[in-house]
Amino acid sequence: MADEKKTPWWHSTVDAFDTFLRVPGTVTAKGAHVRDGIDLKRVMIMVVVALVPAALFGMYNVGLQTATLYGLEWGFWRMFFYGLLRMLPLFVVSYVVGLAIEFASSQIRGEEVNEGYLVTGFLIPLIVPVDVPLWMLALAVAFSVIFVKEVFGGTGMNIWNPALVARAFLFFSYPSSMSGSSVWVSKTWAGLGDVDAISAATPLAIAHDGAFDAATGAVGQYSFMDMFWGFIPGSTGETSVVAILLGAILLVWSGVASWKIMVSSIAGGLLVGWLGQLGGATLVPCYYQIVMGGFLFGSVFMATDPVTAAQTETGKWIYGFLVGALAVVVRLWNPGYMEGMMLAILFMNTMAPLIDHCVVSVHTSRRAKA
Amino acid sequence: MSNKLHLNKGLNIPVKGEAASVVIKSVSPDIVAVKPTDFPGLVARLLVKEGDAVKAGSPVMADKMRPQILFTSPVSGTVQSIVRGDKRKLLAVLVKADGKQDSVDFGAKAPATAEQTRNLLLTSGLWGTLVQRPYGVMANPEDTPKAIFISSFSTAPLAADEGFVLGDALADIQAGVNALAKIAPVHVSIRKEDVPFARLQNAELHIVSGPHPAGNVGVQISHIAPIKKGEIVWTVSLLHVAAIGKLVKTGKLDLMRKVAVTGPAAPQTGYVCCLPGTPVKEITSVGQDIRVVGGDVLSGENLGADGYLGFFQNQLTLLREGYEREWFGWAKPFRPKVHSSSWCYFSWLTPGKKYDMDTNLHGGPRAFVETKCFEDVTPIDIFPIYLIKACLAGDIEKMEKFGIYEVLPEDLALCDYVDPSKNEIQAIIQKGIDLMIKEMA
Repeated sequence: MADEKKTPWWHSTVDAFDTFLRVPGTVTAKGAHVRDGIDLKRVMIMVVVALVPAALFGMYNVGLQTATLYGLEWGFWRMFFYGLLRMLPLFVVSYVVGLAIEFASSQIRGEEVNEGYLVTGFLIPLIVPVDVPLWMLALAVAFSVIFVKEVFGGTGMNIWNPALVARAFLFFSYPSSMSGSSVWVSKTWAGLGDVDAISAATPLAIAHDGAFDAATGAVGQYSFMDMFWGFIPGSTGETSVVAILLGAILLVWSGVASWKIMVSSIAGGLLVGWLGQLGGATLVPCYYQIVMGGFLFGSVFMATDPVTAAQTETGKWIYGFLVGALAVVVRLWNPGYMEGMMLAILFMNTMAPLIDHCVVSVHTSRRAKA
Repeated sequence: MSNKLHLNKGLNIPVKGEAASVVIKSVSPDIVAVKPTDFPGLVARLLVKEGDAVKAGSPVMADKMRPQILFTSPVSGTVQSIVRGDKRKLLAVLVKADGKQDSVDFGAKAPATAEQTRNLLLTSGLWGTLVQRPYGVMANPEDTPKAIFISSFSTAPLAADEGFVLGDALADIQAGVNALAKIAPVHVSIRKEDVPFARLQNAELHIVSGPHPAGNVGVQISHIAPIKKGEIVWTVSLLHVAAIGKLVKTGKLDLMRKVAVTGPAAPQTGYVCCLPGTPVKEITSVGQDIRVVGGDVLSGENLGADGYLGFFQNQLTLLREGYEREWFGWAKPFRPKVHSSSWCYFSWLTPGKKYDMDTNLHGGPRAFVETKCFEDVTPIDIFPIYLIKACLAGDIEKMEKFGIYEVLPEDLALCDYVDPSKNEIQAIIQKGIDLMIKEMA
């Protein structure tokens, strides 16, 4: 009882804000007497910083796509601020709901609040349709944080990437708001009238329907360079290869994410894309698979989550390769659903411990023989 | 000439306060402590009572299980007091020195057989210098090890320079090696080909280079002759090989050593000649909120300002306690005063810089998230995170599989340092080892 009195129910919350502002004055009690300056707050903020280019570009692109769809004569800043205004509520809902649950469960466990949600909360708005109703988003966030993270013991203990599970939850629970050719461009601009009929299919969907012009290399109305720079419909964070690569450079540079996973995932995607091309499953060249849809965003920001990815270095090569390969397999040989990245990563999250188990077993038996 | 080994993984921690190559003073302390807590796994039986007169080399306690292992006083004088802790656990025997340094004569004769070496070490109190691997406990006199390993150098932060400390004691070291070689083949690792210890005979030499923990004997063993289940090797520090050599040559126990006084908070760095068990305060002055670490900053023991130098220690590191709270520490782009081996900060821009480190944890404890950082600082062919988790789970079979026989906490000490989740890796490994000892006994 004495302990309970000392730590009031708001302790975790107070502590979270306190340590957010100031490094705790805790000194080492056992083990090494001096410690590295790095902590999880720094690690997580690096990921958020790496996401910023994709997020900023995505906001501009939200405006751009809406303006294009309606034929509006908007300038750059108008497009950007439109996107910003459309995205802000998503960020607010994602963080408020997610952090509230995170704080509450930290308190129940009597632990300090973990920083993992800083990243998850930033990722979720970037991978859902801009127009997703906020209550749906709140529900998805709550489901994912509670059932994918907290029940396992919080950040570091989860099996699946919580941001992707939030997306999967929306996808399977509310497919009409999450899939089809009309959800990926924001259409809730006041006074635009009934526009549900207007299609704004993503290049991935267009390519899936076979509309690929081999002469110009264009997928529907989108050229390869459109897809590379990101001037295409899609979820906010995923469209621009350039912005994602900027983030990737930071992640690899800082060592926060594994370059092995990124490289092997792209290799897996290219290989299966190429096989698909050879076998006649698609006309689209294999490197299009990398720039279309959420492939690169998933490879760089989702598959590399150190908690849910494989942990052994050999395992990372295998894991990444299979993520990329499976994603493109789903894209090419699945009649109904054209984006395989989300399910490929979630599936490989599930398989990651098995991969590690095999790698470690091979290693230990080799050592035992030596 | 010999086997070369270069290790790439590891990290040299750039902490300020390297010992200047000068002998500051020589201390003949008034009180010297003999501490059973210096010897892992020892349950001691007291052999003296308050007021007893002792010589340097007189037994003051013995191992309760194996009473032939004696622990002796490093000075002559009288037993002043017996210090006990909770449950009357013996913490120290304090000997008041008489300044005469009368020694027990063990006979100045090089041992001709393994039996003679064993007996000499057992009676002189130097048996405790032999550390058994696996588990890092005191060697068992009944065992014959596969080999005896000696690391002639330390790569630990601010460690004493072995050339300065023992460069002139080559003859003693050779005598020590000769005595130990009676028991089992001796392996000595050296830093370079041109160090004095490269001239040692009667031992297999290995040149080992690389960042810390390349100088750790455990890391060297794992590359030279990995320990398998059921195998036993012994390790001795070079310091104690020299003491064994002196004992063989003179017949007297002489544990006098040059102790490196180091660290950012040391008032004066340099070397102090003193005995193990010397009060810290006689070696160096200790200010307010200063932590005195016996040994290095990674695996050293917090001695406290009123403590005594440990039996195995030849280094003191003085650190400021890091109670200070830095505003927005983690969020600042630059933190020039804090070192980080991670590229999330910018310490890599100033590779030669030494840091005024303190004992702040720089964060709060979290679950494991980043785990590659452990592998990057562990030059042993194991998966550190799997071993750590097996220790946490207390799973004997997995600990065995993942290499518990090959490591001591000190070999994974850098994991403590680099972990962004601030887990106590060394404590976890020690817990695993303790469990192994209990279960495998």
